[in-house]
Amino acid sequence: MGQTLAEQILGQKVGRTVRPGELVVVEPDVAMGHDSLSPSIIRIVQEQMGAARVHDPAQIVLVLDHVAPASTVGVANNQNIVRRFAAEQGIRLFEVGRGICHQVLVEEQVARPGMVVVGSDSHSTSYGAVSAFGSGMGSTDIALVWATGKTWLRVPETLRVIAHGRFRPGVTAKDFALKLGRELTIAGATYMAVEYHGLAWLPLDGRQTIASMAVELGAKAGIFPPDGETAARFAVPDWLFVDPEAAYARTFTINLDELEPQVALPHAVDNVVDVSAVAGQKVDVVFLGTCTNGRYEDMRAAADVLQGRPLAPGLRMLVTPASRQELQKAIADDTLTTLLASGVTLTTPGCGACMGRHQGTLGADEVCLSTGNRNFKGRMGDPTSQIYLASPAVAAATAVTGVITDPRALEKEKHPAGGSDCS
Amino acid sequence: MARIWKFGTDVDTDQIVPGRYAPYMLKEGQDVKDYAFIEARPDFARVAQPGDVIVAGANFGCGSSREYAPDALRRRQIGAIIAPSFARIFFRNAINLGIPLFESTEIPELVGDGEAVEMDVVNGRLITPSATYQLPPLPDFAADVIRAGGIVRYVRENGRFPGEL
Repeated sequence: MGQTLAEQILGQKVGRTVRPGELVVVEPDVAMGHDSLSPSIIRIVQEQMGAARVHDPAQIVLVLDHVAPASTVGVANNQNIVRRFAAEQGIRLFEVGRGICHQVLVEEQVARPGMVVVGSDSHSTSYGAVSAFGSGMGSTDIALVWATGKTWLRVPETLRVIAHGRFRPGVTAKDFALKLGRELTIAGATYMAVEYHGLAWLPLDGRQTIASMAVELGAKAGIFPPDGETAARFAVPDWLFVDPEAAYARTFTINLDELEPQVALPHAVDNVVDVSAVAGQKVDVVFLGTCTNGRYEDMRAAADVLQGRPLAPGLRMLVTPASRQELQKAIADDTLTTLLASGVTLTTPGCGACMGRHQGTLGADEVCLSTGNRNFKGRMGDPTSQIYLASPAVAAATAVTGVITDPRALEKEKHPAGGSDCS
Repeated sequence: MARIWKFGTDVDTDQIVPGRYAPYMLKEGQDVKDYAFIEARPDFARVAQPGDVIVAGANFGCGSSREYAPDALRRRQIGAIIAPSFARIFFRNAINLGIPLFESTEIPELVGDGEAVEMDVVNGRLITPSATYQLPPLPDFAADVIRAGGIVRYVRENGRFPGEL
């Protein structure tokens, strides 16, 4: 009997064939902590576990991204606790400004095909973009890994998504991720791994967008096969492959040729409609960033739509690159210059305004269109504020008009003859 | 007597404790337990008492991995959380912290907000003035962890993880 990618990776870790439903204890290759939860993880390791040293400093990575740079004295002191711990224990730490943990671990190839990567962040499913079993956990679970080297996992059933066709101009990986939420719901893959088939052609950045949002279906992991750009850039272990004999709990098929730009309405990630159904909704703030859509390609897609046109009167647009590397790419060509010429506000690479703590917190009744991954009530600020989720292209088109706008409609307006590619 | 707090489906961790009230963001002297449901259900934040029981719709605790969400409920000494299903990370976090969870599709349809209640965690019974309900047991490993008082104590006492031989 064949094995899914999740079964292959967990089976490799325990040295035997594993089946969905069984509990396994594994040594994760990487246990990542970020600034928001690491102070509490350190406290559990030291005070509850009584561990003077971590089990293996090489297994641990620390990233300061959630409030970067520090916004208050308390945050600054907490970040210094993390810095001191890293120095004392010999743990690799990525400083403020380096970028979002999930982007940095892929850029640095800390996360690689066939690995088990756990992190103190629910969007740790992102590592599935490079064919790793990536999963988010809370402080206590991560503290146990740091102290003992191990964690327990229930081997998940796998939901297979098969994509046919290609995105039309103006449609992107984000629309695919939102469409999965719309069809499968916010709990559609709870306790399961998602495996994405038919996307060997999809570049790494699009894979990261989709895998980051696997958790928005409730999934434990969202894993791409080790093919295409992943295989070109990373070493792939020979035991990791798509097994035609693998057993899937469910298969969901989607035709990309028919996919429209998607928008998630407040206040749920699966409250999704075609952009046409919400076009015209007034927006105060456009936020381009996050582990889901803060990469160079996302900034480029926005620049291609903006083309130097000014932001709509009264609208602000925040751009928070996912990492310093991605920002440097946007500086190397005219992407960043184009964005700035339109009047965007550039902030430090990191998580930015995504969870409402700094660099763009929303006030009462404000309406935000975000390229992020969550639109829960109050997530970005005041509980009366509203968050719509969409692709960078929809975000940029909206920034030009001040109302939610299909980027293809904007292009038609500018070039009545049509035919322009704004993907 | 303790009471029931009813919630709908897909209660996310941003509702349980908004990220702006994370311990990471709080000032000296502020306590995350005072911010449980601070915006989604301010009366809960004000008056929820030890032993009170949360009864909710499916997929309780979806969203962020923030353990301070269940931890805020633990520190309010919530007696149990009963829902048809729980989001994966919340389930792990709550069990790890020793919070009794019960998966029941029936209870949320039978009891109302504010109803007086007594929770018998050991025997998995929910007792209201009009009826006593037997709750479905948790999987063995989860029940073992809760009985130990959380995963840290479980691992320290047993020298191994649940499922480890």
